[in-house]
Amino acid sequence: MISTRALTRRFGAVLAVDALDLEIAPGEIFGLVGRNGAGKTTTVKMLTTLLPPTSGTASIDGHDVVREAGAVRRVIGYVPQALSADGELTGYENLLVFARLFDIPRAERRRRIDEALAFMDLAGAAGRLVRHYSGGMIRRLEIAQSTLHRPKVLFLDEPTVGLDPLARHTVWQHLRRLNRDAGTTVVLTTHYMDEAEALCGRLAILHQGRLAALGPAEELKARAGAGATLDEAFAHFTGGAERGTGYAGTAETRRTAGRLG
Amino acid sequence: MASLLGFLAKTLAIADMEVRKLRHDPTELFTRALQPALWLLVFGQVISRGHVVDTGGLPYLHFLVPGILAQSVLFIAIFNGISVIWERDLGIVHKFLASPAPRAALVLGKALGGGVRALVQAVVIVLLALLLGVSVRWEAAPLAGAILLIVLGAAVFSSFSLIIACLVKTRERFMGIGQVLTMPLFFASNAIYPTSMMPAWLQVLSHLNPLTYEVDGLRALLLSGAPQAPLGLATDFGVLGCALAALVAVSARIYPNIAR
Repeated sequence: MISTRALTRRFGAVLAVDALDLEIAPGEIFGLVGRNGAGKTTTVKMLTTLLPPTSGTASIDGHDVVREAGAVRRVIGYVPQALSADGELTGYENLLVFARLFDIPRAERRRRIDEALAFMDLAGAAGRLVRHYSGGMIRRLEIAQSTLHRPKVLFLDEPTVGLDPLARHTVWQHLRRLNRDAGTTVVLTTHYMDEAEALCGRLAILHQGRLAALGPAEELKARAGAGATLDEAFAHFTGGAERGTGYAGTAETRRTAGRLG
Repeated sequence: MASLLGFLAKTLAIADMEVRKLRHDPTELFTRALQPALWLLVFGQVISRGHVVDTGGLPYLHFLVPGILAQSVLFIAIFNGISVIWERDLGIVHKFLASPAPRAALVLGKALGGGVRALVQAVVIVLLALLLGVSVRWEAAPLAGAILLIVLGAAVFSSFSLIIACLVKTRERFMGIGQVLTMPLFFASNAIYPTSMMPAWLQVLSHLNPLTYEVDGLRALLLSGAPQAPLGLATDFGVLGCALAALVAVSARIYPNIAR
């Protein structure tokens, strides 16, 4: 479904993504994990056609993200990092504008929007201004918004940052259901190890723009050492706690990794 | 043909979204009405008494109304681009750009949204002008022409504003540049005095200024007893139409940069 070859992006002297090779199969829930600045968002921006690669190629469903950007845009959905629904519009109107941008025929719009809202448990809030929604509701509205046109791949950048634990679990549930019921391939970035472990079939650990490790969470943990947690595996593949001097206890490492993502 | 219809549908989707926002919260339209009211009630009344401006036989207040109307179109539209910076911070722009909508439809939709905003403002100013005894032409064709010209003018300055927003990328710099641009555009136009009163260098600038064509057309279309538009209505519409096409083409190219 997604394939990248030596995908690279440079910002001036900084190499944000360095020769990334990835293959993501249809129906996967795939996680890009890494610290801030590891290249997760840059990778997603290139895959969603927002940012041209400096070199290398990427394709989605067989379409090149540069040469066939229009075809790529028809088969992807994108939920950016910030809570990006428009607060000055109602939930329904937020979906309506995207239904129109994605050429959903007029006769089907109402039904598709109502279905998407019901699927995300937002039917009761459709007529309210999004300004009055909670963070978790906005995130679910955005998922509804980005899946109205039934994309083959849904990209989410840090989907649960800033949400309370209950809202996070609800978002996870909805993403799993979308993946299971509609067969949507899901690609998300996260710096929460619990999220990566709970949700993603496979993970790519990015470190300083490079692919540091790739595989299911269980496998990555086993490779890091017997009984290792995913936090410890993450630290193992990204060169440890990095800060501090000399030895840092496991607890300290965990805290640092958690904080830095 | 199908792609043209698709283009229009997406342009209208964006414009409609802007109109819906305005419907949910129309307060800004009332607060914005204060400044043009002051120009007409204070500036207009004072200059009228002096008989210092040669308006070609028109009472000065009548002459002033289309100028102030064009001014508020300019002021509304020139700050319209700031919404793009908000939408960039919120990630809304990213979602628009990851959709298959043509980039030109996204920017033209925004510009037309600015046009509708300006139109509501225009209604307020025309009502005020009627209260002040200005005689407005109530004929279908000129009125329709005036509406079109207001939307067109607002779209020109909105897309200009969008270009600035995409280049400067921060609210602070954008506001600074907006403030710097408005007054020169206003004074280098025929909004409050005819071009014939200007020194030669200013006349040249005035002819390069889209606002001059906006005022010129509005004067002919709105006022009864006004002389023919000195520049000609065809020129007014032509210049603004070409300016819009060029600005939309440029902004469609640089709009994606704001999401990078």
